[in-house]
Amino acid sequence: MTEALPTLWFVLIAVLWAGYLFLEGFDLGVGMLMKLMARNDTQRRVLLNTVGPVWDGNEVWLITAVGATFAAFPSWYASLLSALYLPFLCVLLGLIFRAVAFEWRGKRDSDAWRDRWDWAIAAGSFTAAAGIGAALALTTTGLPLDAGGNRVGGAFAWATAPALLGAAAVVLFCLVHAAAFVALKTEGGVRGQAERLFRRLLPVALLPFLGWALLVQLDTGSVVTWLAVVLAVVAVLAAYRCSTAGRDGRAFASLGAGMLALVGSIFGAVFPVVLPSTLDAAFDLTVQNASSSPYTLGLMSVVACCGLPLVLAYQAWTYWVFRRRVSEASIPAAHAVTAL
Amino acid sequence: MEALEIARWQFGITTVYHFLMVPLTIGLGLLVATMQTMWHRTGKEHYLRMTKFWGKLFLINFIMGVATGLVQEFQFGMAWSEYSRFVGDVFGAPLAMEALLAFFVESTFLGLWIFGWNRLPRLIHLLCLWAAVLASVFSAYFILVANSWMQHPVGVEMVDGRPVMVDAWAVFTNNTALVAFPHTLFGALAVAGAFLLGISWYHLWKRRHDGLDTLDAGGTLTVGDGRGARDAVDHRVWLRSARAGAVVAMIAFAGTGITGDLQGKLMFDQQPMKMAAAEAACHDGTGFSILSVGNLGAQSCDDITAVIEVPGVLSFLANGDFTTEVKGVNTLLPEYQEKYGTTLPDDPMYGERAGTEIDYLPVMEVTYWGFRIMIGFGAIAAAAAAAALWVLRKGTVPESRWLMRLAVFGILAPFGANAAGWIFTEMGRQPFVVAPNPDLSGIDSVFMFTAAAVSPGVTVAELIVSLVALTTVYAVLLVVEVKLLFTYVRGGTASAMPELVRHDDAHGASAGGKDDGDVLAFAY
Repeated sequence: MTEALPTLWFVLIAVLWAGYLFLEGFDLGVGMLMKLMARNDTQRRVLLNTVGPVWDGNEVWLITAVGATFAAFPSWYASLLSALYLPFLCVLLGLIFRAVAFEWRGKRDSDAWRDRWDWAIAAGSFTAAAGIGAALALTTTGLPLDAGGNRVGGAFAWATAPALLGAAAVVLFCLVHAAAFVALKTEGGVRGQAERLFRRLLPVALLPFLGWALLVQLDTGSVVTWLAVVLAVVAVLAAYRCSTAGRDGRAFASLGAGMLALVGSIFGAVFPVVLPSTLDAAFDLTVQNASSSPYTLGLMSVVACCGLPLVLAYQAWTYWVFRRRVSEASIPAAHAVTAL
Repeated sequence: MEALEIARWQFGITTVYHFLMVPLTIGLGLLVATMQTMWHRTGKEHYLRMTKFWGKLFLINFIMGVATGLVQEFQFGMAWSEYSRFVGDVFGAPLAMEALLAFFVESTFLGLWIFGWNRLPRLIHLLCLWAAVLASVFSAYFILVANSWMQHPVGVEMVDGRPVMVDAWAVFTNNTALVAFPHTLFGALAVAGAFLLGISWYHLWKRRHDGLDTLDAGGTLTVGDGRGARDAVDHRVWLRSARAGAVVAMIAFAGTGITGDLQGKLMFDQQPMKMAAAEAACHDGTGFSILSVGNLGAQSCDDITAVIEVPGVLSFLANGDFTTEVKGVNTLLPEYQEKYGTTLPDDPMYGERAGTEIDYLPVMEVTYWGFRIMIGFGAIAAAAAAAALWVLRKGTVPESRWLMRLAVFGILAPFGANAAGWIFTEMGRQPFVVAPNPDLSGIDSVFMFTAAAVSPGVTVAELIVSLVALTTVYAVLLVVEVKLLFTYVRGGTASAMPELVRHDDAHGASAGGKDDGDVLAFAY
C-alpha cells in the first residue's frame, strides 16, 4: 500500500493540472478574447461576466496543484520552480494583473481606465497561459538539472523548442476552449461571434498540443497512452461536428475531453519520471526519489480524498447557480462613483 | 549584493506587503458577515447599507490579498529551493491543505456572494459569505501552522539529514501555532476595527460639515434627512459602524495583549535569543527596558545602556513572576555556539559563506524597535478607540477637521503594529530559517541556517529582476488600491448601492429601461 502512495500522488497531481487547464483554460482564454474578439465595452462586459463568479475558484486549482506538488514531491517542486525562475515570475505577474483588473476594471467610469485594465486582463491571461504551458511541457520533456536537482546553464537554459511548443499549446487551447465556453454561456451577437471563432480556430488550435503529446509518446509512449492520443483526436473532431450542428454544450465538453485525454497521454507516458534531466538520466526526478515520506503522503491522501470531491461538488453547484446565458441586455449600466 | 540578501529582501517585501491585505481581509470579512447577519435577522435598512458599503471595500482589498498570495506559494520553490527540499515533507502539507480545504472554499463562495445578490435565497447568500470568511480564518490557521514549525519544529524525526513528519497531531497542534493563531486573528480585528472607525468618523464629520447633522448648545443632536443616500438612515450607518469599530478595536487589543503574553512566554523558552534581542538585554536580569540607548546596530552588547528600565517586568513577561533572572545575550551566545557551532559547516551548500563565523545575534535595532512599535502602535490605536467611543456618546463627532484627519490616519496604526510584529518575529529568528528549540517539546537537532536555504541554481540577475519587478508592480498597485478605496469611501454608501441615487431621481432615465429580471444584480 505505502509503495503505491507516490504513484497515487502522481495521478492526483496530473488530475489537478488537468482540472486547472480545463477550468482556468476557458477563463484565461476569455481574458485574451477581451482584446481579440469583443468589439465594444458591452461585449467585453458580457465576456467578463461569463467567468465573473468562477474565475477565482478556477485559479485555486493552480495553487492546489503547486501546493500539492510541494507537499507530495518537494524535490519536484523545488527543482521545477527554481529552474524556471523567470517563466514563473512572468506567470505570477500575469496572474496578479489579471486578478486586480477583473475586480477594478469597472470601478471607475472612464474609457481609458477600462482600456488599461482590459490590456492587463488580455496580456496577463496570455502570459500566464504561455508560462504554465512552457513549464508543463518542460517538466515532461526535461531540463538541464545536475545531481542536486539544480539548473545548469544560466537563466535561460529552459528556452528550448519544447518550451515554445508547450506555450503555444496551452495558449491556443485556452483560446479555442474559451470560444466554446462563450458560445455556451452567452446569447445574441457575442454567441454567434464565438461560434464562428471556435470553428475557425479548432482545426489548427490543437496542433501544438498534439505535437507536445506526440513528442512525449515517441520517447516513452505505451499502447495505452497512444490510445489516449487517438481518443483525443476523435474527441476534437467530434467537437467540430457538434459545433456545426449547433450543439454548444457538446462541443465544449468534447473539446475539454480531448484536452484531458492529451494531458492523460502525456503524464501517462512520462510516468514514473516527474522531471527528467537532459544532462544525465541518473539525475531524473521520479515518483520514488522525489516524493515525501509515506506518512506525509498517507496524511495528504486522506485530506485529498475528502477534500477534492467536496471541491468538485460545490464548484459544480456554482456553475449550476450561474447557469443562465449572459447577453448584452443583461449587463447593467456602468455605475459612476462620485464623491458626496 | 549576494543572492541570499536579495532573496531575503524579496521575501521580506512581498510578505510584509501581502500581510497588509490579509488582516484587513480576515477582520473586515468577519465584520461584514456579522453585518449581513444582523440585516438578515432584523431586516433593518442600515445593516444592509453597512453590508454593501463595507463589503465593497472588503472586495477591493480582498483581490490584492489573492494576487499577492500567489507569489508566496511560488517563491519558496523559486528562490528557496534548498529550503523547500529540506522542509517539504512537513512544511508542504499545511500549505497544500490551505489551498485544498480553505482557499477553494474562500474563492468559490466569495464568487457566489458577489454575484449571488438577488439570485440566491437570502439565507443561502448569507451562508456563502460566512463560508468564505470562515475559510479565510482556517487559511490563516494552516499558514500559521507552517510558520510555527519554522519557529518551533515538532512532530518530526531526522532521516538522511532531513526532517520527516512522524506525528501530524504534534505539527497541527504546535503550541506556537495555537497561540499565534488567536494573536493573528485579534491583530486582524484590530485593523478592521480601526478601519471602520476612521472611515465612519470621516462620514459623520462630513455630515456635520455639510450641515446635515447639528448639535445645539445643550448637546442635543438633530439628525438631518438629506437627499438620496444621505438620509437619516445614513447617519445610523456611520454611527453604528464607528461604535462597532471602536469596540472591536479595544477588544482586539486586549486579545492581542493576552495572547501576545502567552506567545512571549513560549518564545523565552523556545527562542531565548530572539527575546533577549527584543529586549536588547545583554546581561541576565529582570528589568524591561523602556528606552535603551547606544549603538544597537553594532551587533555587540558592549555599548548599549538601558536608560529607563522597569525592574521585574521582563521576568514577568518570561515567567509570570518578578524575580527570576532572564538570560541575556552575553549568556546565550556561548550556549548557542556550543550547541550549533561557531562557524558554518564546510559544505558547498553554503557557497562562499562555508566556514565563516555564525552571528547568532539578530539585528537588534529591528528586534528591539519592532517589538516596541508593535506594542506601541497597538496601544495607541486601542486608546484612541476608547477616546472615540467616549466622544461618540453624543451620536456624532466634533466638527474639527484636524480630529477627523487623525481618525483617518489612525487606521495605519494597527497595520503598523501587525507589520512590526511579523518583522520582529521573522528577523528575530535569524540566522536560522528553521530555528532549533532548546525547550523540552522542541527538537533541538532540527534546524536550518538561512544561508543554506536559497536556490543554488538561480542567478543574482534573476533575483534582481524579480525583486525590481515585484516591488515596482506592488508599489503601483498599492497606489491604485488606495486611490480606489478613497474614491469609494468618499462616495459613501451610494458607491456600493447605485439604487440609492437612482431612486432619488426616479424621473430620470437611469431608473427606467432595463429593470426586467434578466439584468444581473451585480456585474463586472
